[in-house]
Amino acid sequence: MSFESWIIGFSLLVLKLGAVLVFLLLMAAYLVLVERKLLGRIQIRYGPNRAGKYGLLQPFADSIKMMVKEDIVPAAADRTLFLYAPAVVATTALLMFAVIPFGPDITLYGRTIPLVITDLNVGLLYIFALSSLGVYGAALGGWSSNSKYSLLGGIRAAAQMISYELALGLSLIPVVMQAGSFSLVEIVRAQADRPFILVEPVSFAVFFISSLAESKRIPFDLPEAENELGAGFHTEYSGMRFGLFFLGEYVHMQVLGALIAVFFLGGWRGPLLPAPLWLALKMVLVCLVMIWIRGTLPRLRYDQLMSLGWKILVPLTLINIVVTGARLLW
Amino acid sequence: MRVDLIDKEPSNRVQAFWEGTKAIAAGFATTLRHLFLRPITEEYPEVKRVLPARTRARIVLTRDPDGGERCVACYLCSGVCPVSCISMQSAEAPDGRRFAAWFRINFARCIYCGLCEEACPTSAIQLSSMFETCERDILTLVYEKEDLLVDHGGKDPDYNFYRHAGIVTAIGGKGDHIKEETPVNVRSNMP
Repeated sequence: MSFESWIIGFSLLVLKLGAVLVFLLLMAAYLVLVERKLLGRIQIRYGPNRAGKYGLLQPFADSIKMMVKEDIVPAAADRTLFLYAPAVVATTALLMFAVIPFGPDITLYGRTIPLVITDLNVGLLYIFALSSLGVYGAALGGWSSNSKYSLLGGIRAAAQMISYELALGLSLIPVVMQAGSFSLVEIVRAQADRPFILVEPVSFAVFFISSLAESKRIPFDLPEAENELGAGFHTEYSGMRFGLFFLGEYVHMQVLGALIAVFFLGGWRGPLLPAPLWLALKMVLVCLVMIWIRGTLPRLRYDQLMSLGWKILVPLTLINIVVTGARLLW
Repeated sequence: MRVDLIDKEPSNRVQAFWEGTKAIAAGFATTLRHLFLRPITEEYPEVKRVLPARTRARIVLTRDPDGGERCVACYLCSGVCPVSCISMQSAEAPDGRRFAAWFRINFARCIYCGLCEEACPTSAIQLSSMFETCERDILTLVYEKEDLLVDHGGKDPDYNFYRHAGIVTAIGGKGDHIKEETPVNVRSNMP
Protein backbone atom coordinates (compact mmCIF):
# COMPACT_ATOMS: atom_id res chain seq x y z
CA MET A 1 0.00 0.00 0.00
CA SER A 2 1.44 3.32 -0.99
CA PHE A 3 1.94 6.17 1.45
CA GLU A 4 -0.67 8.36 -0.27
CA SER A 5 -3.38 5.77 -0.05
CA TRP A 6 -2.46 5.21 3.62
CA ILE A 7 -2.84 8.95 4.28
CA ILE A 8 -6.18 9.05 2.47
CA GLY A 9 -7.41 6.02 4.37
CA PHE A 10 -6.30 7.50 7.68
CA SER A 11 -7.97 10.85 7.04
CA LEU A 12 -11.16 9.07 5.97
CA LEU A 13 -11.09 7.16 9.23
CA VAL A 14 -10.60 10.35 11.24
CA LEU A 15 -13.44 11.94 9.27
CA LYS A 16 -15.77 9.04 10.05
CA LEU A 17 -14.73 9.05 13.70
CA GLY A 18 -15.37 12.77 13.96
CA ALA A 19 -18.76 12.53 12.27
CA VAL A 20 -19.88 9.65 14.51
CA LEU A 21 -18.61 11.36 17.65
CA VAL A 22 -20.29 14.69 16.88
CA PHE A 23 -23.50 12.90 15.92
CA LEU A 24 -23.52 10.80 19.11
CA LEU A 25 -22.81 13.70 21.44
CA LEU A 26 -25.38 15.99 19.81
CA MET A 27 -27.92 13.18 19.81
CA ALA A 28 -27.19 12.45 23.47
CA ALA A 29 -27.76 16.10 24.35
CA TYR A 30 -31.01 16.27 22.42
CA LEU A 31 -32.13 12.84 23.59
CA VAL A 32 -32.10 14.26 27.12
CA LEU A 33 -34.31 17.11 25.94
CA VAL A 34 -36.64 14.76 24.05
CA GLU A 35 -36.87 12.51 27.09
CA ARG A 36 -37.70 15.39 29.41
CA LYS A 37 -40.24 16.75 26.95
CA LEU A 38 -41.92 13.41 26.38
CA LEU A 39 -41.99 12.53 30.07
CA GLY A 40 -43.53 15.94 30.65
CA ARG A 41 -46.24 15.38 28.08
CA ILE A 42 -46.91 11.89 29.44
CA GLN A 43 -47.48 13.56 32.82
CA ILE A 44 -49.66 16.26 31.14
CA ARG A 45 -47.12 19.04 31.63
CA TYR A 46 -44.83 20.88 29.23
CA GLY A 47 -41.30 19.88 30.16
CA PRO A 48 -38.46 22.36 29.60
CA ASN A 49 -39.64 25.25 27.42
CA ARG A 50 -37.75 28.29 28.68
CA ALA A 51 -34.27 28.13 27.08
CA GLY A 52 -34.89 29.10 23.47
CA LYS A 53 -37.99 28.28 21.45
CA TYR A 54 -39.62 25.05 22.71
CA GLY A 55 -36.63 24.71 25.05
CA LEU A 56 -34.36 23.85 22.12
CA LEU A 57 -31.34 25.51 23.76
CA GLN A 58 -31.82 23.54 26.98
CA PRO A 59 -29.01 21.03 26.22
CA PHE A 60 -26.55 23.92 25.83
CA ALA A 61 -27.77 25.57 29.02
CA ASP A 62 -27.40 22.26 30.83
CA SER A 63 -23.90 21.62 29.53
CA ILE A 64 -22.76 25.14 30.41
CA LYS A 65 -24.15 24.61 33.89
CA MET A 66 -22.32 21.29 34.27
CA MET A 67 -19.05 22.75 33.01
CA VAL A 68 -19.00 25.70 35.40
CA LYS A 69 -20.18 23.83 38.48
CA GLU A 70 -17.68 22.99 41.18
CA ASP A 71 -16.06 19.58 40.78
CA ILE A 72 -16.37 18.20 44.30
CA VAL A 73 -14.30 15.20 45.42
CA PRO A 74 -15.36 13.91 48.85
CA ALA A 75 -12.53 13.98 51.39
CA ALA A 76 -12.87 10.26 52.13
CA ALA A 77 -13.06 9.22 48.48
CA ASP A 78 -10.45 7.13 46.69
CA ARG A 79 -9.30 10.07 44.63
CA THR A 80 -7.84 8.41 41.54
CA LEU A 81 -10.67 5.94 41.02
CA PHE A 82 -13.24 8.61 41.79
CA LEU A 83 -11.82 10.90 39.13
CA TYR A 84 -11.55 8.24 36.41
CA ALA A 85 -14.73 6.20 36.95
CA PRO A 86 -17.02 8.54 34.93
CA ALA A 87 -14.62 8.37 31.98
CA VAL A 88 -14.98 4.56 31.93
CA VAL A 89 -18.74 4.82 31.51
CA ALA A 90 -18.58 7.46 28.78
CA THR A 91 -15.65 5.90 26.90
CA THR A 92 -17.00 2.35 26.76
CA ALA A 93 -20.37 3.65 25.58
CA LEU A 94 -18.74 5.69 22.81
CA LEU A 95 -16.33 2.92 21.77
CA MET A 96 -19.17 0.48 21.19
CA PHE A 97 -20.26 2.50 18.18
CA ALA A 98 -17.04 1.65 16.35
CA VAL A 99 -18.38 -1.63 14.94
CA ILE A 100 -21.89 -0.49 14.06
CA PRO A 101 -22.37 -0.18 10.29
CA PHE A 102 -24.34 2.88 9.23
CA GLY A 103 -24.58 2.21 5.53
CA PRO A 104 -23.46 0.00 2.64
CA ASP A 105 -20.03 0.43 1.04
CA ILE A 106 -19.93 3.55 -1.12
CA THR A 107 -17.59 4.16 -4.04
CA LEU A 108 -16.03 7.59 -4.26
CA TYR A 109 -13.39 8.45 -6.93
CA GLY A 110 -12.69 4.78 -7.44
CA ARG A 111 -12.19 4.06 -3.73
CA THR A 112 -14.53 1.76 -1.83
CA ILE A 113 -15.40 3.32 1.49
CA PRO A 114 -17.18 1.08 4.02
CA LEU A 115 -19.64 3.09 6.10
CA VAL A 116 -18.48 1.59 9.36
CA ILE A 117 -15.57 2.69 11.47
CA THR A 118 -14.13 -0.81 11.69
CA ASP A 119 -15.64 -4.06 10.45
CA LEU A 120 -14.43 -6.34 13.23
CA ASN A 121 -15.03 -10.02 12.49
CA VAL A 122 -15.84 -10.53 16.19
CA GLY A 123 -17.81 -7.30 16.44
CA LEU A 124 -20.48 -8.84 18.60
CA LEU A 125 -17.97 -10.10 21.16
CA TYR A 126 -16.32 -6.67 21.15
CA ILE A 127 -19.71 -5.11 21.98
CA PHE A 128 -20.26 -7.53 24.86
CA ALA A 129 -16.75 -6.96 26.17
CA LEU A 130 -17.26 -3.20 26.23
CA SER A 131 -20.74 -3.30 27.70
CA SER A 132 -19.44 -5.50 30.52
CA LEU A 133 -16.55 -3.10 31.05
CA GLY A 134 -19.00 -0.22 31.26
CA VAL A 135 -20.33 -1.51 34.55
CA TYR A 136 -16.87 -0.99 36.07
CA GLY A 137 -17.54 2.72 35.80
CA ALA A 138 -20.65 2.44 37.91
CA ALA A 139 -19.22 -0.10 40.36
CA LEU A 140 -15.89 1.70 40.85
CA GLY A 141 -17.57 5.10 40.97
CA GLY A 142 -19.88 3.80 43.68
CA TRP A 143 -17.09 2.16 45.62
CA SER A 144 -14.59 5.01 45.40
CA SER A 145 -17.12 7.59 46.58
CA ASN A 146 -16.90 6.02 50.05
CA SER A 147 -20.56 6.66 50.74
CA LYS A 148 -23.19 4.09 51.69
CA TYR A 149 -25.64 5.02 48.98
CA SER A 150 -22.99 5.07 46.29
CA LEU A 151 -21.60 1.73 47.41
CA LEU A 152 -25.05 0.13 47.39
CA GLY A 153 -25.64 1.59 43.93
CA GLY A 154 -22.32 0.24 42.68
CA ILE A 155 -23.00 -3.22 44.11
CA ARG A 156 -26.44 -3.24 42.57
CA ALA A 157 -24.97 -2.23 39.22
CA ALA A 158 -22.54 -5.15 39.36
CA ALA A 159 -25.19 -7.64 40.50
CA GLN A 160 -27.60 -6.45 37.83
CA MET A 161 -24.90 -6.79 35.20
CA ILE A 162 -24.28 -10.42 36.20
CA SER A 163 -27.99 -11.23 36.00
CA TYR A 164 -28.49 -9.64 32.62
CA GLU A 165 -25.29 -10.05 30.72
CA LEU A 166 -25.98 -13.76 30.35
CA ALA A 167 -29.47 -13.30 28.93
CA LEU A 168 -28.20 -10.45 26.75
CA GLY A 169 -25.46 -12.57 25.26
CA LEU A 170 -27.51 -15.75 24.89
CA SER A 171 -30.39 -13.90 23.25
CA LEU A 172 -28.10 -12.99 20.36
CA ILE A 173 -26.86 -16.53 19.69
CA PRO A 174 -29.87 -17.27 17.43
CA VAL A 175 -29.12 -14.07 15.50
CA VAL A 176 -25.52 -15.19 15.03
CA MET A 177 -26.78 -18.64 13.97
CA GLN A 178 -29.08 -17.06 11.40
CA ALA A 179 -26.43 -14.69 10.05
CA GLY A 180 -23.52 -17.14 10.35
CA SER A 181 -21.17 -14.41 11.51
CA PHE A 182 -20.12 -12.34 14.53
CA SER A 183 -19.53 -9.31 12.32
CA LEU A 184 -22.22 -6.65 12.54
CA VAL A 185 -21.77 -5.84 8.86
CA GLU A 186 -22.48 -9.47 7.98
CA ILE A 187 -25.48 -9.56 10.30
CA VAL A 188 -27.00 -6.55 8.51
CA ARG A 189 -26.16 -8.14 5.16
CA ALA A 190 -27.99 -11.32 6.21
CA GLN A 191 -31.16 -9.33 6.79
CA ALA A 192 -31.43 -8.30 3.14
CA ASP A 193 -34.75 -10.05 2.55
CA ARG A 194 -36.28 -9.86 6.05
CA PRO A 195 -35.35 -8.21 9.38
CA PHE A 196 -34.55 -10.75 12.11
CA ILE A 197 -37.36 -9.48 14.35
CA LEU A 198 -39.73 -11.54 12.16
CA VAL A 199 -37.61 -14.68 12.48
CA GLU A 200 -36.50 -14.32 16.09
CA PRO A 201 -39.21 -12.45 18.04
CA VAL A 202 -38.26 -14.17 21.33
CA SER A 203 -34.64 -13.12 20.91
CA PHE A 204 -35.80 -9.60 20.23
CA ALA A 205 -37.97 -9.47 23.35
CA VAL A 206 -35.25 -10.87 25.61
CA PHE A 207 -32.57 -8.64 24.10
CA PHE A 208 -34.77 -5.58 24.49
CA ILE A 209 -35.56 -6.32 28.14
CA SER A 210 -31.91 -7.09 28.88
CA SER A 211 -30.73 -3.96 27.14
CA LEU A 212 -33.09 -1.90 29.29
CA ALA A 213 -31.38 -3.46 32.30
CA GLU A 214 -27.99 -2.93 30.69
CA SER A 215 -28.61 0.77 30.21
CA LYS A 216 -29.80 1.06 33.85
CA ARG A 217 -33.12 2.58 32.86
CA ILE A 218 -36.55 2.26 34.39
CA PRO A 219 -37.87 -0.38 35.18
CA PHE A 220 -34.35 -1.61 35.96
CA ASP A 221 -32.80 1.56 37.36
CA LEU A 222 -31.96 -0.01 40.70
CA PRO A 223 -28.31 1.17 40.73
CA GLU A 224 -29.47 4.78 40.77
CA ALA A 225 -32.88 4.35 42.44
CA GLU A 226 -33.30 7.95 43.49
CA ASN A 227 -35.90 7.37 46.17
CA GLU A 228 -33.95 4.61 47.92
CA LEU A 229 -30.33 5.49 47.21
CA GLY A 230 -30.47 9.16 46.33
CA ALA A 231 -29.01 8.68 42.81
CA GLY A 232 -26.98 5.58 43.80
CA PHE A 233 -23.50 5.29 42.32
CA HIS A 234 -23.30 8.93 41.24
CA THR A 235 -24.62 10.45 44.48
CA GLU A 236 -21.29 12.08 45.28
CA TYR A 237 -20.51 13.30 41.78
CA SER A 238 -21.00 16.87 40.67
CA GLY A 239 -20.28 19.08 37.70
CA MET A 240 -18.97 17.59 34.50
CA ARG A 241 -18.06 14.26 36.11
CA PHE A 242 -21.71 13.73 36.85
CA GLY A 243 -22.26 15.00 33.30
CA LEU A 244 -20.02 12.22 31.97
CA PHE A 245 -22.11 9.57 33.75
CA PHE A 246 -25.18 11.17 32.28
CA LEU A 247 -23.64 11.37 28.82
CA GLY A 248 -22.51 7.76 29.06
CA GLU A 249 -26.02 6.69 29.96
CA TYR A 250 -27.56 8.44 26.98
CA VAL A 251 -24.87 7.35 24.55
CA HIS A 252 -25.39 3.83 25.85
CA MET A 253 -29.09 4.21 25.16
CA GLN A 254 -28.32 5.20 21.57
CA VAL A 255 -25.85 2.36 21.17
CA LEU A 256 -28.45 -0.12 22.38
CA GLY A 257 -30.96 1.45 20.01
CA ALA A 258 -28.47 1.05 17.17
CA LEU A 259 -27.72 -2.54 18.23
CA ILE A 260 -31.41 -3.43 18.27
CA ALA A 261 -31.68 -1.83 14.83
CA VAL A 262 -28.65 -3.79 13.56
CA PHE A 263 -29.59 -7.16 15.05
CA PHE A 264 -33.35 -7.15 14.59
CA LEU A 265 -34.63 -4.25 12.51
CA GLY A 266 -32.41 -4.64 9.47
CA GLY A 267 -29.78 -2.04 10.37
CA TRP A 268 -29.42 0.69 7.78
CA ARG A 269 -31.78 -1.01 5.32
CA GLY A 270 -34.90 0.85 4.26
CA PRO A 271 -36.58 2.31 1.20
CA LEU A 272 -36.16 5.82 -0.26
CA LEU A 273 -34.13 7.53 2.48
CA PRO A 274 -30.31 7.32 2.65
CA ALA A 275 -28.92 4.43 4.72
CA PRO A 276 -27.43 6.38 7.70
CA LEU A 277 -30.74 8.19 8.12
CA TRP A 278 -32.59 4.87 8.32
CA LEU A 279 -30.25 3.66 11.04
CA ALA A 280 -30.73 6.94 12.93
CA LEU A 281 -34.50 6.68 12.55
CA LYS A 282 -34.61 3.14 13.89
CA MET A 283 -32.27 4.12 16.70
CA VAL A 284 -34.47 7.05 17.68
CA LEU A 285 -37.55 4.85 17.48
CA VAL A 286 -36.05 2.40 19.97
CA CYS A 287 -35.05 5.31 22.23
CA LEU A 288 -38.58 6.71 22.08
CA VAL A 289 -39.99 3.34 23.12
CA MET A 290 -37.48 3.28 26.00
CA ILE A 291 -38.70 6.72 27.08
CA TRP A 292 -42.30 5.55 26.83
CA ILE A 293 -41.44 2.60 29.04
CA ARG A 294 -39.79 4.94 31.51
CA GLY A 295 -42.93 7.05 31.60
CA THR A 296 -45.14 4.03 32.27
CA LEU A 297 -43.54 1.35 34.39
CA PRO A 298 -42.48 1.51 38.04
CA ARG A 299 -39.13 0.19 39.24
CA LEU A 300 -38.83 -3.54 39.89
CA ARG A 301 -37.93 -4.81 43.33
CA TYR A 302 -34.46 -6.29 43.55
CA ASP A 303 -35.56 -9.92 43.97
CA GLN A 304 -38.04 -9.51 41.12
CA LEU A 305 -35.21 -8.32 38.89
CA MET A 306 -33.01 -11.27 39.86
CA SER A 307 -35.75 -13.84 39.40
CA LEU A 308 -36.78 -12.33 36.06
CA GLY A 309 -33.18 -12.52 34.86
CA TRP A 310 -32.25 -15.98 36.11
CA LYS A 311 -35.54 -17.86 36.22
CA ILE A 312 -37.27 -16.55 33.11
CA LEU A 313 -34.95 -14.86 30.64
CA VAL A 314 -31.98 -17.23 30.77
CA PRO A 315 -34.05 -20.46 30.39
CA LEU A 316 -36.09 -18.77 27.68
CA THR A 317 -32.98 -17.88 25.67
CA LEU A 318 -31.59 -21.41 26.08
CA ILE A 319 -34.83 -22.91 24.75
CA ASN A 320 -34.78 -20.36 21.96
CA ILE A 321 -31.26 -21.39 20.94
CA VAL A 322 -32.28 -25.06 20.77
CA VAL A 323 -35.41 -24.22 18.77
CA THR A 324 -33.46 -22.04 16.34
CA GLY A 325 -30.84 -24.73 15.94
CA ALA A 326 -33.51 -27.31 15.19
CA ARG A 327 -35.16 -24.99 12.70
CA LEU A 328 -31.88 -24.30 10.91
CA LEU A 329 -31.04 -28.02 10.76
CA TRP A 330 -34.32 -29.16 9.24
CA MET B 1 -53.84 -6.92 42.49
CA ARG B 2 -50.70 -8.87 43.24
CA VAL B 3 -49.49 -10.90 40.30
CA ASP B 4 -46.83 -13.35 41.31
CA LEU B 5 -45.56 -15.42 38.43
CA ILE B 6 -43.52 -17.87 40.43
CA ASP B 7 -45.62 -19.10 43.36
CA LYS B 8 -48.92 -19.76 41.61
CA GLU B 9 -50.48 -23.05 40.60
CA PRO B 10 -49.92 -23.79 36.89
CA SER B 11 -53.54 -23.00 35.95
CA ASN B 12 -53.42 -19.74 37.89
CA ARG B 13 -50.05 -18.93 36.43
CA VAL B 14 -51.48 -18.61 32.94
CA GLN B 15 -54.24 -16.44 34.27
CA ALA B 16 -51.77 -14.33 36.26
CA PHE B 17 -49.64 -13.88 33.15
CA TRP B 18 -52.69 -12.80 31.18
CA GLU B 19 -53.86 -10.40 33.91
CA GLY B 20 -50.36 -8.95 34.24
CA THR B 21 -50.04 -8.41 30.50
CA LYS B 22 -53.43 -6.72 30.41
CA ALA B 23 -52.49 -4.45 33.31
CA ILE B 24 -49.20 -3.42 31.71
CA ALA B 25 -50.91 -2.79 28.37
CA ALA B 26 -53.48 -0.59 30.12
CA GLY B 27 -50.63 1.41 31.65
CA PHE B 28 -48.99 1.93 28.27
CA ALA B 29 -52.32 2.95 26.75
CA THR B 30 -52.84 5.52 29.49
CA THR B 31 -49.43 7.14 29.05
CA LEU B 32 -49.87 7.16 25.28
CA ARG B 33 -53.23 8.88 25.65
CA HIS B 34 -51.76 11.45 28.01
CA LEU B 35 -49.12 12.26 25.40
CA PHE B 36 -51.83 13.84 23.26
CA LEU B 37 -53.66 15.67 26.02
CA ARG B 38 -53.24 19.37 26.55
CA PRO B 39 -50.86 20.05 29.47
CA ILE B 40 -52.58 21.39 32.55
CA THR B 41 -49.55 23.50 33.50
CA GLU B 42 -50.16 27.16 34.33
CA GLU B 43 -46.99 28.86 33.09
CA TYR B 44 -46.11 31.09 36.01
CA PRO B 45 -44.67 34.40 34.90
CA GLU B 46 -47.26 34.67 32.11
CA VAL B 47 -50.20 33.29 34.08
CA LYS B 48 -50.54 34.45 37.66
CA ARG B 49 -53.41 32.80 39.41
CA VAL B 50 -55.40 34.67 42.05
CA LEU B 51 -54.14 33.32 45.34
CA PRO B 52 -56.48 32.37 48.21
CA ALA B 53 -57.18 35.06 50.80
CA ARG B 54 -55.34 33.08 53.47
CA THR B 55 -52.11 32.74 51.48
CA ARG B 56 -49.16 33.29 53.78
CA ALA B 57 -46.59 35.51 52.10
CA ARG B 58 -45.07 38.95 52.74
CA ILE B 59 -46.18 40.51 56.03
CA VAL B 60 -47.88 43.92 56.08
CA LEU B 61 -48.98 46.31 58.82
CA THR B 62 -52.59 47.38 58.22
CA ARG B 63 -54.50 50.48 59.23
CA ASP B 64 -57.92 50.91 60.83
CA PRO B 65 -60.87 52.43 58.85
CA ASP B 66 -59.90 55.91 60.04
CA GLY B 67 -56.44 55.54 58.61
CA GLY B 68 -54.63 55.21 61.92
CA GLU B 69 -52.01 52.58 62.56
CA ARG B 70 -53.47 49.51 64.19
CA CYS B 71 -50.28 48.29 65.80
CA VAL B 72 -50.17 48.92 69.55
CA ALA B 73 -46.61 47.62 69.93
CA CYS B 74 -47.61 44.89 72.37
CA TYR B 75 -44.64 42.66 71.36
CA LEU B 76 -46.88 39.59 71.08
CA CYS B 77 -45.90 38.99 67.43
CA SER B 78 -42.23 39.40 68.19
CA GLY B 79 -42.65 37.11 71.22
CA VAL B 80 -44.41 34.35 69.30
CA CYS B 81 -42.16 34.52 66.25
CA PRO B 82 -40.26 31.18 66.17
CA VAL B 83 -37.33 32.65 64.24
CA SER B 84 -37.23 36.02 66.03
CA CYS B 85 -37.48 38.03 62.84
CA ILE B 86 -39.75 40.77 64.24
CA SER B 87 -38.38 43.56 66.40
CA MET B 88 -39.88 46.86 67.50
CA GLN B 89 -39.76 49.66 70.06
CA SER B 90 -42.99 50.74 71.72
CA ALA B 91 -43.89 54.32 72.54
CA GLU B 92 -46.93 56.12 73.92
CA ALA B 93 -48.81 58.95 72.23
CA PRO B 94 -50.14 61.92 74.28
CA ASP B 95 -53.69 60.46 74.10
CA GLY B 96 -52.53 57.31 75.87
CA ARG B 97 -52.33 55.14 72.75
CA ARG B 98 -49.36 52.90 72.36
CA PHE B 99 -47.67 52.72 68.99
CA ALA B 100 -44.46 51.34 67.50
CA ALA B 101 -41.69 53.89 67.39
CA TRP B 102 -39.97 51.62 64.93
CA PHE B 103 -40.94 48.22 63.62
CA ARG B 104 -38.68 45.91 61.68
CA ILE B 105 -39.14 42.52 60.03
CA ASN B 106 -36.22 40.60 58.63
CA PHE B 107 -37.76 38.69 55.70
CA ALA B 108 -34.50 36.87 55.11
CA ARG B 109 -35.31 35.06 58.34
CA CYS B 110 -39.11 34.91 58.23
CA ILE B 111 -40.57 31.45 57.65
CA TYR B 112 -44.06 32.73 56.86
CA CYS B 113 -45.68 30.58 59.54
CA GLY B 114 -48.38 33.17 60.30
CA LEU B 115 -48.09 32.90 64.10
CA CYS B 116 -47.64 36.69 64.35
CA GLU B 117 -50.95 37.20 62.60
CA GLU B 118 -52.65 34.78 65.02
CA ALA B 119 -51.09 36.47 68.03
CA CYS B 120 -51.96 40.03 67.02
CA PRO B 121 -54.79 41.44 69.23
CA THR B 122 -55.53 44.37 66.91
CA SER B 123 -55.40 42.68 63.47
CA ALA B 124 -52.49 44.96 62.65
CA ILE B 125 -49.94 42.47 61.41
CA GLN B 126 -51.23 40.35 58.55
CA LEU B 127 -49.74 38.05 55.95
CA SER B 128 -50.49 39.16 52.39
CA SER B 129 -50.30 37.16 49.17
CA MET B 130 -47.33 39.12 47.75
CA PHE B 131 -44.74 36.38 47.39
CA GLU B 132 -42.40 37.79 44.75
CA THR B 133 -39.88 39.21 47.19
CA CYS B 134 -36.62 37.78 45.87
CA GLU B 135 -33.60 40.05 46.19
CA ARG B 136 -29.93 39.73 45.26
CA ASP B 137 -28.75 41.58 48.38
CA ILE B 138 -29.93 39.95 51.56
CA LEU B 139 -29.97 43.22 53.50
CA THR B 140 -32.68 44.63 51.23
CA LEU B 141 -34.96 42.02 52.78
CA VAL B 142 -34.98 43.90 56.10
CA TYR B 143 -38.21 45.90 56.02
CA GLU B 144 -38.83 48.93 58.20
CA LYS B 145 -42.20 50.18 59.44
CA GLU B 146 -42.71 52.52 56.46
CA ASP B 147 -42.06 49.61 54.06
CA LEU B 148 -44.52 47.40 55.93
CA LEU B 149 -47.41 49.85 56.38
CA VAL B 150 -50.23 49.65 53.87
CA ASP B 151 -53.20 51.99 53.52
CA HIS B 152 -56.01 49.49 54.03
CA GLY B 153 -57.39 47.13 56.63
CA GLY B 154 -56.39 43.87 54.98
CA LYS B 155 -58.60 40.90 55.78
CA ASP B 156 -60.45 42.80 58.51
CA PRO B 157 -61.29 46.15 56.88
CA ASP B 158 -63.90 47.48 59.36
CA TYR B 159 -62.20 46.63 62.62
CA ASN B 160 -61.01 49.39 64.89
CA PHE B 161 -59.38 48.10 68.05
CA TYR B 162 -59.88 51.17 70.21
CA ARG B 163 -63.61 51.31 69.46
CA HIS B 164 -63.99 47.85 70.99
CA ALA B 165 -61.21 47.69 73.50
CA GLY B 166 -62.51 49.28 76.70
CA ILE B 167 -59.33 51.22 77.17
CA VAL B 168 -59.48 54.89 78.07
CA THR B 169 -58.14 56.91 75.15
CA ALA B 170 -59.08 60.04 73.28
CA ILE B 171 -61.85 58.09 71.53
CA GLY B 172 -63.73 57.41 74.72
CA GLY B 173 -63.73 56.25 78.30
CA LYS B 174 -64.75 52.92 79.78
CA GLY B 175 -68.25 51.95 78.72
CA ASP B 176 -68.31 54.27 75.74
CA HIS B 177 -67.17 51.71 73.21
CA ILE B 178 -69.20 49.63 70.79
CA LYS B 179 -71.11 46.72 72.44
CA GLU B 180 -69.82 47.75 75.84
CA GLU B 181 -71.71 48.48 79.05
CA THR B 182 -70.49 50.73 81.82
CA PRO B 183 -68.21 48.71 84.07
CA VAL B 184 -69.67 47.39 87.26
CA ASN B 185 -68.31 48.92 90.41
CA VAL B 186 -66.89 45.79 91.97
CA ARG B 187 -67.09 47.26 95.46
CA SER B 188 -70.88 47.65 95.14
CA ASN B 189 -71.09 44.03 94.25
CA MET B 190 -69.96 42.62 97.56
CA PRO B 191 -72.17 40.34 99.62
